[in-house]
Amino acid sequence: MVCESWKTKLDTYLDGELPEQEMRTFGAHVRSCHSCSADTLTRVQMKRKIQGAGRRFTPSAELRRRVQHSIAPKPQRSFLPGWAFAAVAAVVLVVGTLTLTYVKTRSGRDQVYSEIADLHVATLASSSPVDVISTDRHTVKPWFQGRIPFAFNLPELQNSEFSLLGGRMTYLDQTPGAHLIYDVRKHHISVFVFQERSFGARLDGNALAPEKLPFNMETWSQGGLRYFVIGDASTVDLDSLARLFKAAS
Amino acid sequence: MPVYRCVSIGSELADGSFEQLAMPHFERLYNFACWLTHDRQEAEDLVQETYTKALKGFSSFQPGTNFRAWIYKILRNAFLTSRTGLKAAATVPFDLEGEEEILPAVKETPETILLQRSDGQLVQQALEQLPVAYREILLLCEVEEMSYQEISATLAIPMGTVMSRLSRARKTLRNSLRPQLQRG
Repeated sequence: MVCESWKTKLDTYLDGELPEQEMRTFGAHVRSCHSCSADTLTRVQMKRKIQGAGRRFTPSAELRRRVQHSIAPKPQRSFLPGWAFAAVAAVVLVVGTLTLTYVKTRSGRDQVYSEIADLHVATLASSSPVDVISTDRHTVKPWFQGRIPFAFNLPELQNSEFSLLGGRMTYLDQTPGAHLIYDVRKHHISVFVFQERSFGARLDGNALAPEKLPFNMETWSQGGLRYFVIGDASTVDLDSLARLFKAAS
Repeated sequence: MPVYRCVSIGSELADGSFEQLAMPHFERLYNFACWLTHDRQEAEDLVQETYTKALKGFSSFQPGTNFRAWIYKILRNAFLTSRTGLKAAATVPFDLEGEEEILPAVKETPETILLQRSDGQLVQQALEQLPVAYREILLLCEVEEMSYQEISATLAIPMGTVMSRLSRARKTLRNSLRPQLQRG
């Protein structure tokens, strides 16, 4: 009976993850118990086998060269004499100070929008776009519990043209979020919900809708969450769905 | 008797450049990518994408925190949103918690001799056939020698889930090896 309780912790012991005191007690027990000692040996051998089998693939020198080239700092070259460089630098500094915030926000914003568009396309192209398939918001919403670090409300769709197809987890910049898919007159619309703080200064308040995306998109911030509604449906449809979400939140 | 792990170099080099921090993980990341994708070309693309994304998001990396867990997390998330990753997640439930009851219990007998005799091929095949959630956690623990805390950060799951998922992954691997070892 005593050994059974030891054996449940055997892997944790071999991973070196038990508290220090327990590690010592466990070690003493293993040395004195034939059964646990045999199990320990078996599991150590299994660990060694997995280590050996797992270290299997070696990258080519060409891949290393490509990766290194892509991340290497780009050399800064100057073809100007010192005084000209100083003058140019002064102008750049003034102009840069004025435009830096704008450009930074805009490029960050465009990057977020294109990532959202990519997620929308990639999901719809997959053979199984949703992980939880249900038209019932009371089924879809609880599915996200424990999967994403925030809660959000889904709108009631009765008397509307929209129907909920389901949802899935998604990631943007390594941050988890919710991805919901709605249908309106055979058009699929994605609704993404992330924590606003994940975007830092890249999106501010009710950021402007993007101009150069191949889809219509609406985005807003509400209650600490950032919502994106994207699809090939009309802007009127997207706006209607966005209003339903705003009312539900 | 415990198998001690390497200490992560992430925090020690926290002030280094991106290249200094990232390139020491290159070979291991590629190995991990191959195990996830089962395809060398896809693994190359995944590693390239990981480094590009990591460089782009390097400003969000907090110095002093674990760089290795951070870059592995980027690779894993890139995999999950790739075509193969989406397919893997769609064909096999990614979250396998709560399935303990359906796994047959392994009666622990000394399999020492059989394991000693077996070649790495059997273990490789068994690893390949594991569901991706089990394969990745075993690789992070045994091959990458990550601590439970690092695995928790990499997979974005609680420590308790790390322990239970690892336990199930090991049990599933042992169960799948058992008949083959006995045949061999």
